[in-house]
Amino acid sequence: MAAPVVRTSSAEVLPPPTERYTVLGWLKKNLFANWFNTLLTFLALGFLYLIIPPLIRWVFTGAEWAVIPANFNLFMRGQYPAEQALRIWILLWLIGAVVGFAWGVWSKEVSPALVVVAAIPLLLMLIPFFSMDTRLKLLGVELLGAVGYGIGRRVPRQHSRIATWLLVILLLSSWLILRGFAPEESASLWAKVPTNLWGGLLLSLLLAVFGIGFSFPIGVLLALGRQSKLPAIRTVSVLYIEFIRGVPLISLLFMGQVMLQLFLPEGFPPIDRVLRALVAITLFSAAYTAENVRGGLQSVPKGQYEAAMSLGLSTYQMMRLIILPQALRAVIPVLVGQFIGLFKDTSLVALVGLFDLLGIARVVLANPNWLGTQREVYVFIAVLYWIFSYAMSYASRRLEISLGVGQR
Amino acid sequence: MSGQAQKDDIIILQNVNKWFGEFHVLRDINLNVKRQEVVVIIGPSGSGKSTLIRCINRLEEHQSGEIIVDGIPLTHDVRNIEKIRSETGMVFQQFNLFPHLTVMENITLAPIHVRKMKKDEAEKIAMELLGRVGIPEQAQKYPGQLSGGQQQRVAIARALAMRPKIMLFDEPTSALDPEMIKEVLDVMQELAESGMTMLVVTHEMGFAKEVADRIVFMDSGEIVEVGTPEHFFTNPQHERTKLFLSQIL
Repeated sequence: MAAPVVRTSSAEVLPPPTERYTVLGWLKKNLFANWFNTLLTFLALGFLYLIIPPLIRWVFTGAEWAVIPANFNLFMRGQYPAEQALRIWILLWLIGAVVGFAWGVWSKEVSPALVVVAAIPLLLMLIPFFSMDTRLKLLGVELLGAVGYGIGRRVPRQHSRIATWLLVILLLSSWLILRGFAPEESASLWAKVPTNLWGGLLLSLLLAVFGIGFSFPIGVLLALGRQSKLPAIRTVSVLYIEFIRGVPLISLLFMGQVMLQLFLPEGFPPIDRVLRALVAITLFSAAYTAENVRGGLQSVPKGQYEAAMSLGLSTYQMMRLIILPQALRAVIPVLVGQFIGLFKDTSLVALVGLFDLLGIARVVLANPNWLGTQREVYVFIAVLYWIFSYAMSYASRRLEISLGVGQR
Repeated sequence: MSGQAQKDDIIILQNVNKWFGEFHVLRDINLNVKRQEVVVIIGPSGSGKSTLIRCINRLEEHQSGEIIVDGIPLTHDVRNIEKIRSETGMVFQQFNLFPHLTVMENITLAPIHVRKMKKDEAEKIAMELLGRVGIPEQAQKYPGQLSGGQQQRVAIARALAMRPKIMLFDEPTSALDPEMIKEVLDVMQELAESGMTMLVVTHEMGFAKEVADRIVFMDSGEIVEVGTPEHFFTNPQHERTKLFLSQIL
């Protein structure tokens, strides 16, 4: 019979072994570990050698950047008249104040994400094409944001609904601010600006923000409709989703611009063209949102429904309080990916004759003064698209981390 | 096993039948539960025990027969269903806590939104209940940060926060590590002693022996034998009961 084994002293608790490399050691481990890695390293280096030096040379000596500052206002706001351009700044200041306020209400600690967002206006001030006046106005955005944050921090968390409502009100009133309400002929700051003058980055962002803002609730309702027990609601939702997903966005845009007026009764006042594009984008995006949200709904275990029902919650309460919060947080990355796609897809409106960032670029390039500057112009708008897309992607990652608290 | 309704019967099941597709999962179930009674349902897996108690708060729908809970007939009427559910607490095998809410929010959710209770009041009750299940210090944590036994105790507190007249337990200790089973059973025993009407599906024979007023043995969708724990563990009558007990004891 084997003797029992009994520990007489406990084993020492040690820190984990650390791996320390010299530069050479790091290179060897990561770039030259075996002959295949070595080959790939050299191929990559050769490729970079071919690409980088000519690119740098072009950016600093070859390119004719003069086209950008000369048309800067066009790129930013299209034909939006200079007399009313201050309204865009008023909107930006409001956005700065409200976003700062909302941030202060929702998160009391100074997080890295806050630092990054707060740095955006300051970074924009460094862009070489901006005038001093523009820089001061950007500083105004920053300062109002800071004031809003300061006030927001004093509001206790249980009143966080105020922030949500302010954001919704801001979204809706932004259309009014840009559209104006005084008669068109009056010289006042608030004279109406018809939407066919809206353009450039302003129009691109507007289409994206409103497209996202409206398609999200519609998409959630469609996703719930698709799961409904009522056959009529379910059928309508499925038909809508599958129809919209079966056609390209550009065809919906053409339908809106060209065919919609034919279907409307005689004498019906023509509908604003920007609005028509916005409706097409919203309807299109809603179908995709619905499918993504459905994925989230399916990821919520059946036990969550049962627990909610067993407590006596109504179906509406169960969805709002238990199911949707979990379903939506599961699909944040997918939804943000979709919204980034939506933002870039707004460039399609250039093909139906609206002057968004891409449309304006084509207008500028058609100007005989700026012949042969395609590369400069397209690189510039590509960088603009990249900045906004990357900002969204970064924001979503921070959101995921901050919502991940207490996840299973 | 008479189907005769009596005045102090809080749950009445009469000739209840249910099918899953072609499968006859509940066969002519008749069972009355008195106020403050603790009934433990045992039986081999697949015998319909869980389905039976899930029919009582309409997580499953029975197809024929009658179910009356505290005088309210269980019909397709949504108002009746929600009323029965808010008077009936349920504890699940997999806890089913809401992972995106803190322990406190899990417990106060239903009182605030279903009973329309003030938040302060709901939180006060929640703290009392957390004290009763022995984990008041965990109120601000998320379920994912608790052990299985603690989660199940929170689930019991969550159900109790609605001040239910009946508690249904669906294998509450089956998903727990062995060393955590006792802490949950202790809470259930305390609850039984306080006079709660309880229906418990479990494999814990020690609990059944000690706490149950009556034991129901089910097999293949039928109630085979009903009796006191004493009757059950010393003098079972039916062959299938004897076989089952010989397999597990």
